[in-house]
Amino acid sequence: EDLRVDGRGCEDYRCAEVETDVVSNTSGSARVKLGETDILVGIKAEMGTPKLEKPDEGYLEFFVDCSSNSPELEGRGGEELGTDIANTLYRVFSCENSVDLKSLCINPKEHCWVLYVDVLLLECGGNIFDAISIAVKAALFNTRIPKVRVLEDEEGTKEIELSDDPYDCIRLNVDEVPCIVTLSKIGYRHVVDATLQEEACSLASLLISVTSKGAITSMKKVGKGSLDPESIFEMMETGQRVGKSLHIALQKLLDEEESSGTSRPKVGFLG
Amino acid sequence: MAAVTMRLPAVRAPLSSGAPRGGEKHLVAPGDTITTDTGYMRGHGTYVEDDKLIASVAGVVEKVNKLVCVRALKARYNGEIGDIVVGRITEVQQKRWKVETNSRLDSVLLLSSINLPGGELRRKSAEDELAMRDYLQEGDLISAEVQSIFSDGAVSLHTRSLKYGKLAQGVLVQVSPSLVKRQKTHFHDLPCGASVILGNNGFIWIYPTAEQKEDEAGGYTTNLEPVPLSDREVISRLRNCIVALVTHKMMLFDTSILYCYEASLPHQIKDILKPEVTEEIVLEARQRLLDSEG
Repeated sequence: EDLRVDGRGCEDYRCAEVETDVVSNTSGSARVKLGETDILVGIKAEMGTPKLEKPDEGYLEFFVDCSSNSPELEGRGGEELGTDIANTLYRVFSCENSVDLKSLCINPKEHCWVLYVDVLLLECGGNIFDAISIAVKAALFNTRIPKVRVLEDEEGTKEIELSDDPYDCIRLNVDEVPCIVTLSKIGYRHVVDATLQEEACSLASLLISVTSKGAITSMKKVGKGSLDPESIFEMMETGQRVGKSLHIALQKLLDEEESSGTSRPKVGFLG
Repeated sequence: MAAVTMRLPAVRAPLSSGAPRGGEKHLVAPGDTITTDTGYMRGHGTYVEDDKLIASVAGVVEKVNKLVCVRALKARYNGEIGDIVVGRITEVQQKRWKVETNSRLDSVLLLSSINLPGGELRRKSAEDELAMRDYLQEGDLISAEVQSIFSDGAVSLHTRSLKYGKLAQGVLVQVSPSLVKRQKTHFHDLPCGASVILGNNGFIWIYPTAEQKEDEAGGYTTNLEPVPLSDREVISRLRNCIVALVTHKMMLFDTSILYCYEASLPHQIKDILKPEVTEEIVLEARQRLLDSEG
C-alpha cells in the first residue's frame, strides 16, 4: 500500500515553493521551500585564474552554511554538516557536461569566471539535499554574468572591459544540471522526500543525482544500515523516474517566472 | 507515478479572526507596557522598570484582583495535578523512569506509581526494580496522569488506571501546549473510526480504535499487527487536519477536530497540507463552531 503518515504516496514530493532573484547584490539567487525545509542560494561571479589542468574552463566553488538552523549547529558545530553537503555538491557537479564551463572562460590560461555558490540552510525539515540541488539549479538559471571584452594594447598588456549596458549578460544553460533525489529505505520500501520523522526511522539512504534526460551522474549511500543490491537497482529506477518529473516541474516553473517578468510581486526570503 | 508540484510563493494574508467573544483580550509583546498603575503585584511574565509594569513574554494579560501576569502563547508545558499527558521514556533509573513531556524538566514516573501487567497490586520488590526494563524501555510512549508536582517544577506521573499505560501503534503530533483545550476527558473515540488522546502537554496521539474492550493487562501488551489501510487513511487525514488547525492557531478539542475532518473529506489526504486547502477547511470548521455555539 502506498500511504505515508501525511497521506503522500512513496514517490510524492511535498509542495515546493521556488523563487529566484531574491538577493539583489548577487549574480543569481534562489529560495526553495520544501515543506519545512528552507534553502537560500546565492551565486556570485568573480574573475579568477583558471585551474592549471583545465586552462580554458571556468569553475564552480561551493560553500554551505548551516549555522542559522539550531543552537547546536551554531559556529563550528555546523561545519561538519556543511562540508559534507559541499563535498556532495562537488561530486554531483564533477560530471563533464553538467555546466558548460568553457563558456566561463575569458582568456585561456589567464582569466576566467569563477562562480561562488553559497548555500544557506535556513530551516531543516528533512530532505535537505534535494532542496539544495533544486535551489542551485534555479539559481544557476537565474545567474546573469556580465559580458566582458579583452582589449590588447600595443605593448601586449591585456585590459578587460566591462560592457556598459547592465542588461548585456550571458546566461547559463541549465538543461544538463543534475538534481539530487534522496531515496530513504524504511522497512522494505523506499520513499522519496522524507520528513524529519521519516529520516529518523530510515537506516540507509541513497542519494542519486539525475539530469533532466534521466541520466544518473553520481550516486552516494548515506546512513549506517546496509542496502541489498536488488533494492539498490529498484531505488535507482525510482530515482530516475522521480528525477525526470522533478526537472519537468522545475523547468516549467522557472519558465513561468521568467515570462511573468517584473509584474509579479516578489515575496523574498523574509516572507 | 510520482507527483511533484512546484509553485511560486505568494504573500498570504492572515485569516481574519471571527468576532471577539467574551470581551477583548489584552495581547502584549515583550517590552509592551501593561499598566503604569503601581498598585498591582507583578506575576509571571512581567517586570518593573521606571514605575511601569512591562511584559517580558508575548501573550495574554491575566488579571486576578491585584495580581497581573502574562500567560505566554508558546511556552513549555507547566504541569497541573490531574492533567493527562503523553510522554516518551528517556531514561530508566533505579526506582523510576524519566519521561519527556515537552516541559522545562523531565517528568518522573516512579516505580510505585505504575500498574503491573496483569493488574496486580502489590508492594514492588527488588526483583521488580531489576525487571523495570521489561515493562517500559527507552523510547516507549506512555499515557499517564499528573499525580503531583515537585518543588522545582518537575512533574510526577502515575499510570494507576487501566486506561493509561504503554501506547502501541499510532501517530504522534507535537503541538504547543497552549492550543489544547482543557476538558473533562481527553480520551476521545471519534466516529470516523480512530481514537485520539489529547495530552495537555501538547503531544497528541492518534490510534486505531480497539475492536473489543481489552480486559487483560494494565496496558502493557502492544498490538503490533499491521493496521488495515482504511484505518491508516483515517489516521493520516486526522493528523493532517490537526496540523492544519495548529497552523491557524485554533484550539484543539474533539469537536474542532471532528468538524475539520468532515470539512476535509472532499479533498485528497495529501492535499490538505496545501496552504489554500488548509485555509478553506479551517474557515469551514470555524464557521460550524460559531454556528453551533450561538
